[in-house]
Amino acid sequence: MSTVWFIPTLPLAGALVNILLGDRIGRRAHWVAVPTVAGSFLAACAVFTRAWDGGSFTSRLFPWIVAGRFEAWVVAFVDPLTCVMLLVVTGVGALIHLYSVGYMHGDPGYARYFAYLNLFVFSMTMLVIAGDFLLLYVFWEAVGLCSYLLIGFWYTRPAATQAGKKAFIVNRVGDFGFGLGVMWLWTVLGTLEYGAVFKGAETLAPATATGIALLLFMGACGKSAQLPLHTWLPDAMEGPTPVSALIHAATMVTAGVYMVARSHALFERSGTALEVVLWVGTATALFAATVGLVQPDIKRVLAYSTVSQLGYMFAAIGLGAYAAAIFHLVTHAFFKALLFLGAGSVIHGLGGEQDLRKMGGLSSRMMTTTITTTVGGLGLAGVPGLAGFFSKDEILAAAFHSGHLVVWGLLLLGAFLTAFYTSRLLFLAFYSDPRMSREAAHHVHESPSVMTLPLWVLAVLTVVAGLAVGIPSERGTRLARFLEPVFPLHGESPDGSIAYTLLILSVIVVAAGFAVAWFVYLASPVRADTIGRPRTAFGALLLNAYYVDRLYDAIIVRPLFGLATFLAERFDLGGIDRAVNGLGAAVVGWAAATRRLQTGYVVNYALTMLAGAVLVVAFLLSR
Amino acid sequence: MTDLVMPPVLLGPLLPTLLVLGAGALVLLLDLSPRPQGKEVLGAVALAGIVGALLATLARWGKSGRAFHDMVVLDNFALFVNVVICYAAALSLLLSVDYVRRSRAESGEYYALVLFTTAGMMLLAAAGDLVVLFLALELMSLSLYVLAGLFTQALASSEASMKYFILGAFASSFMLYGIALTYGATGTTNLDRIAAAVAGRSHDPLFVIGMGLLLVGFGFKTSSVPFHMWVPDVYQGAPTCVTALIATGSKAAAFGALIRVLTVALRGAQPDWTALLWIVAVLTMTVGNVAAIAQSNLKRMLAYSSIAHAGYMLVGLVAGGMSGGGSVLFYLLTYTFTTAGAFGVVTLCERARAEAVEVGDYAGLAERHPVLAAALALFLLSLIGVPPLAGFVGKFYVFGAAVRAGYLWLTVVAVLNSALAAYYYLRVVVYMYMRQPEGAPVTYAPSLAGALALVVALVGIVALGVVPAPFVDLAQAAVAPLVR
Repeated sequence: MSTVWFIPTLPLAGALVNILLGDRIGRRAHWVAVPTVAGSFLAACAVFTRAWDGGSFTSRLFPWIVAGRFEAWVVAFVDPLTCVMLLVVTGVGALIHLYSVGYMHGDPGYARYFAYLNLFVFSMTMLVIAGDFLLLYVFWEAVGLCSYLLIGFWYTRPAATQAGKKAFIVNRVGDFGFGLGVMWLWTVLGTLEYGAVFKGAETLAPATATGIALLLFMGACGKSAQLPLHTWLPDAMEGPTPVSALIHAATMVTAGVYMVARSHALFERSGTALEVVLWVGTATALFAATVGLVQPDIKRVLAYSTVSQLGYMFAAIGLGAYAAAIFHLVTHAFFKALLFLGAGSVIHGLGGEQDLRKMGGLSSRMMTTTITTTVGGLGLAGVPGLAGFFSKDEILAAAFHSGHLVVWGLLLLGAFLTAFYTSRLLFLAFYSDPRMSREAAHHVHESPSVMTLPLWVLAVLTVVAGLAVGIPSERGTRLARFLEPVFPLHGESPDGSIAYTLLILSVIVVAAGFAVAWFVYLASPVRADTIGRPRTAFGALLLNAYYVDRLYDAIIVRPLFGLATFLAERFDLGGIDRAVNGLGAAVVGWAAATRRLQTGYVVNYALTMLAGAVLVVAFLLSR
Repeated sequence: MTDLVMPPVLLGPLLPTLLVLGAGALVLLLDLSPRPQGKEVLGAVALAGIVGALLATLARWGKSGRAFHDMVVLDNFALFVNVVICYAAALSLLLSVDYVRRSRAESGEYYALVLFTTAGMMLLAAAGDLVVLFLALELMSLSLYVLAGLFTQALASSEASMKYFILGAFASSFMLYGIALTYGATGTTNLDRIAAAVAGRSHDPLFVIGMGLLLVGFGFKTSSVPFHMWVPDVYQGAPTCVTALIATGSKAAAFGALIRVLTVALRGAQPDWTALLWIVAVLTMTVGNVAAIAQSNLKRMLAYSSIAHAGYMLVGLVAGGMSGGGSVLFYLLTYTFTTAGAFGVVTLCERARAEAVEVGDYAGLAERHPVLAAALALFLLSLIGVPPLAGFVGKFYVFGAAVRAGYLWLTVVAVLNSALAAYYYLRVVVYMYMRQPEGAPVTYAPSLAGALALVVALVGIVALGVVPAPFVDLAQAAVAPLVR
């Protein structure tokens, strides 16, 4: 058995312990949960050293389903891409587990929380190491389940349970497509193992490849909250903030990006599918960024920002810049987790307040949080030197060099918007004058060190990640070279002068966004009642996220609900139930009648036999 | 006039049958011995005879043997049916030992008759000639008529025996007439040669009438509608351990012979008998299941249930071919374990010094005898066809064969019938687990042998349900030489 199996089994064991013995463990649940994930991270490091030179290996655990021609194994496939994902999932996962010790302190569901969180890490790592589309699909659903459980963690709040349901249902829409895609794959290729599938992809007819790839992408749209299935992610902010950081920013929502990147052979075979991915990603990036401009809730700003950044990753995949997509995935995991944890620290310090209108001036009271969150924000905005700058620039450069100038323009506009809403968030929360009540202001406090330690670590990662692996060179970034066995580098590096021009351009754009936000929110004192209150129709449109929710409600949810009500109350009770009960009564009546036929007289029996014999012979003779 | 040539006497293919017959003779002899001894010895001898036959059968697997001018054909098919029969007889014997003594009906003849009827069944499955087939049928039936009337004191038992005898004789006469007409049409009673003689002229009226009457005879033995009316009365009146044998062993033997006659002798008329059996199957399943709903007596309900199961097996016959025939053989195996087990629980339950046979008697059984109740529940669930028990797999293969052969509607009827059947089986479970007993509670009549029988049957239904594949393969391999 390979070391790789320790990575999922440790958190699984932790989850089982906390589920089964949670009542007894109670407040000490983190002593189970945190070390298991940390151990998982160490195991991931060990696996990483094996794949250091770009090698890959497959580890088969046991045959899971064998039925006729169909065979599915519990099989792991480890290559550089797997390693990168594993390190991010277990590394960020471990930090967020640690942070949760402080954030969830005193919650009545403490053990349950850590059980779910461990279960999530188990599912997510299994999703990443799965070497087979069926196994991938199973854990794709499993992370969805964990997400559902954790969004609705505070199940006494109606909004939380609603949001959990919404996340689950919207994801089901995408997963339906994903499931169909997997089945289709099996139908045409007769196997679901990665190696065989990607080899077989070259033999597929382009139309078939397009169909399969688009169905798979449908699943990715659901999981990674891309248009038109993005609506669940902002609502998912009802869950505890560390959950938002881990699941709805750093890891689970990037599963779609990972899956599509992993299946790039299928998407490339199609071409059309890549084009669709590109445009969906670009549209989402811009769409979500505009909505993020005006949200008054600190977590919703970050949620829309996540949707937008995922759009960047998909755009990169659509451009064929897979390594850039994964690079952005990694840096985003760092700075977005940091931002969420910072926001969580703010919410914690304010006793649960997440409204930007009631914040302000926190920099003096929450020094660590302010510094680290600002680093995260600058990383997201793409300030030169920080992680987001390098990764976003890779994507923009890929768009420019591949000739998709419209996409490049739109993504550049997105970068401007990103810089704006990030600066707005930072200014409103930390740097403008305090707007909370005197009572609330009195209680503001810095979070305990168990929470600030992860903030510092993530802040350091945000600063160094780009410099360490992301500096572009003649042959791509260091990360791209590491991922070369998975995503072959093609084409020579573009001309240096153009690259510098692009770089300077994007710096200017970021600076512009920053400046506008400074002008609006910091240069003059902000009045709380002007934030989150639309002054124009366009503002209202943005604040309501283009009314997509209301649109879905009107054209999908309500008609379906009406139909369901009709079926349940009229058709089922009045039609089916009555028919079934009637049929039952009829059969019982019939049975009573046949009982009377059985008279007990031998003569009757013999006569029946005789009649039967005559009929049998007559039937045979008549043929 | 040709000279009569004595065929060489080859006893090998008769070995299993002979072992059983020998044990029967030994039982009679021991019973006569002047020294008074427990009747358990006789039971043990009888069981030893059956086990010996089972071992001899297993030892001959794969070695096809023919004897007496092809009158006896001990091929894999016969061997497979033999295995089923041996299980049925062994389970029935195990259930008998204490039950018969409790009913004060124990005698040497009882065990001898069980062995003789078993010998008849085994010969029936191996009959390669209509004459041997008839002889075997009578050997089996006559012994069963007597066994059914074993409780000479009980009116119901005597009545059952009488009805069984009269109607059975009636059915035998149909069959004999059918054999005579077939001989008239083809000039032979050998199954292979009948097929050769009929080839190309399967619409000869003489032959068609003969075939029809043969099928009437088989219809009686397999309890197919409309030749089923004896079943509930006999199953109810006969001692339960005998009922178990009639329901399993005799049915298995009759189906074995029917499959052989249909696929070997009547091969040429397959479209005709398929059409007939299609109708009979639908009638048998439906009448069996619907009538079972109205029953309050457990033995009577199981009787109708066994009619319904005959209907499912006819579905497999209609499907035909290796998969159809194989599925019927496998079904026989699963059905034998399940039904013998269900009747076995009945033999162990007493209420107020009498057999507990009303469904109401089983109210609250789960509280007083949880193991017994769980066992009966499992047997009933297997009869319904709930995975992972044997009954499910049996139905799965029969219905699967029918679908593959293109009999979709027949399968639909069969599946609907299975759904219907759940009602009356589950009613017993509901009584056992969810009702409070009224009046004197059911007591368990302790019996080591009976418990052993239940354990064997339980292991059988679980093992066949969980790993069916090797047994299904064996069943299909057994049918293969017949269908060619």
